Amino acid sequence: MPNITSNGSGQKTPSVISDLSGVAETGAYKGRSQWRLAWDRYRRNRLAIVGLLLLAAIIGLVACAPLLATYDPNAIDYNYVRKPPNSQHIFGTDNIGRDIYSRVLWGGRDSLRVGMLAVVISIIGGVALGLFSGYVGGFVDAVIQRFVDLTFAFPNILLLLSIVAILGPNLTTVLIAIGISGIPGYSRLMRGSVLQALNTEYVLSARLVGAKDVRIMFRHILPNVLTPIIIYGTLGLGGGIMITAGLSYLGLGAQPPAPEWGAMLNLGRTYMRSAPWMSIYPGLAVSLAVLAINLIGDGLRDAFDPKNR
Amino acid sequence: MFQFLLRRLFGLVLVLLGISFLVFAISKVTPGDPVKMMLGNRATPNDIARLRLQLHLDDPLLVQYTKYMWGVLHGDLGRSYRGQTPVLQEILLRVPASIELGTAAFLFALLVGLPAGLIAARNHNGLLDGLVMLFAQVAISVPEFWLAIVIVIVFGVQLGWIPITGGVGLKSLIAPAFCLGIGPAAVLARLTRSSVLEVLQEDYVRTARAKGLRNVLINYRHIMRNALIPVVTFLGLLFAGLIGGAVFIEAVFARPGLGRFAILAINARDMPQVQGIVMFGAALYVLMNLLVDILYSVIDPRIRIT
Repeated sequence: MPNITSNGSGQKTPSVISDLSGVAETGAYKGRSQWRLAWDRYRRNRLAIVGLLLLAAIIGLVACAPLLATYDPNAIDYNYVRKPPNSQHIFGTDNIGRDIYSRVLWGGRDSLRVGMLAVVISIIGGVALGLFSGYVGGFVDAVIQRFVDLTFAFPNILLLLSIVAILGPNLTTVLIAIGISGIPGYSRLMRGSVLQALNTEYVLSARLVGAKDVRIMFRHILPNVLTPIIIYGTLGLGGGIMITAGLSYLGLGAQPPAPEWGAMLNLGRTYMRSAPWMSIYPGLAVSLAVLAINLIGDGLRDAFDPKNR
Repeated sequence: MFQFLLRRLFGLVLVLLGISFLVFAISKVTPGDPVKMMLGNRATPNDIARLRLQLHLDDPLLVQYTKYMWGVLHGDLGRSYRGQTPVLQEILLRVPASIELGTAAFLFALLVGLPAGLIAARNHNGLLDGLVMLFAQVAISVPEFWLAIVIVIVFGVQLGWIPITGGVGLKSLIAPAFCLGIGPAAVLARLTRSSVLEVLQEDYVRTARAKGLRNVLINYRHIMRNALIPVVTFLGLLFAGLIGGAVFIEAVFARPGLGRFAILAINARDMPQVQGIVMFGAALYVLMNLLVDILYSVIDPRIRIT
């Protein structure tokens, strides 16, 4: 019921305003930020929650590798060569007696770390490039965009192989290669956002008032493009992990005796007949990690999708 | 239409030029002296100087680049560091195997992915939709090289159903094509599903239904034609990507294709070969893109205007 109060002149007016403020004070109505709204939507998506839990489990296991690993990942033991999974070695042993379970746990650190760092490189580089290109505009922008288009004309794997050919095959090279190859994608995204934002009134007025360019970039443009970057970054993380494993599998990434998942698969290929467990478990680890990340990415995309609002 | 084609071809030439420049730059940046690699450790400084002169390695970079491009235009991609065989010849030797595998995987992806996406769209939010999408998600997440290994272990080693390595003939294509094609099939299914669902929301579909158009077949003309536009684009790019990008599968199944050739060349630091493969692969990809664009403009008349 609206509160009926009287003002000074003796008239009775419904005071809706004081009504609402009363409600606000009790906390019955509390505005939810867009992040909170997205999280609520995400929570309802069962697959997305599964993905989150799975990834948390994987990260937890891998992070606790020093505690959970039963053997030293590089400990060679010629007495237990190519033993199938048993009570001592949960995932079996490889061709020189190393425990596969421990190697999978320790190797996860490399794979996850490279994947994450590569995505970070891509995002930072792409955002910086796109922001700069879009804001500066003109000839510089056109030249940079032509270059970006050129990289899109390349099949991604060839670009990666080229970079590895230059820098030599090791895990750091793979990290740099994947990071670099991701930059054009994010720069496009960022540039689109910048061009969109440049036309808005608040940016125009900010410029009129004399706000410095950098401030405009950070305060007005960046927050709007955060959402697609988060989504693509998540999906890119999964891709990064898979490509890292892939390049290591080809011998172009982590070099032996590093227990990286892809390198383990490479080693396991020779022993497909005699010790299939050497290949099954590392690959399973990669699949589960990527699956978890993809589920999260999908969940995020659906949570932020304006059509679902 | 003609103007459209002309503009596209011009763009194609520019892109190829840019790629060739990139590739050339890559080969010049790579550490390692090619002459020493070719002649070995016992080469005298005289030999080295002579070979360098012969290969024009001391000429200014721009001259080297021009000479290289001139060669490319005449079909000469240089000679391998090991064995001196012409690069182009070696590439062409590997191409048929790659095309074979690429086409097989493409057909698999098309025949599995497209119907799957359509079924999922029809059953929107139903059990079938959820199942298909879950399966697709798993298929995308599993690395193809691991899937290849698992399949070889299960079907080759344990059950002995399929030949394991190398091999010619159709039977040896089944496993590699499946491994290579299942990922794209999943992506295709997801794309088709979302595209169809989007089209179903459109006004013209509602109009067609309101008009009481005769039967579902005519609705297919409205729905499918429009929904398939992004699908066709994807298929074109997929085909191009499959031919050059089957690197992992070729490694597992020991197939003599371009991807495996590239890996061997990189490991041996054979830069002319790497250069040639990258050029070839990129050119093929760009060409396919152009074809897809043309096809796209044929299907969707709105594109021709821009």
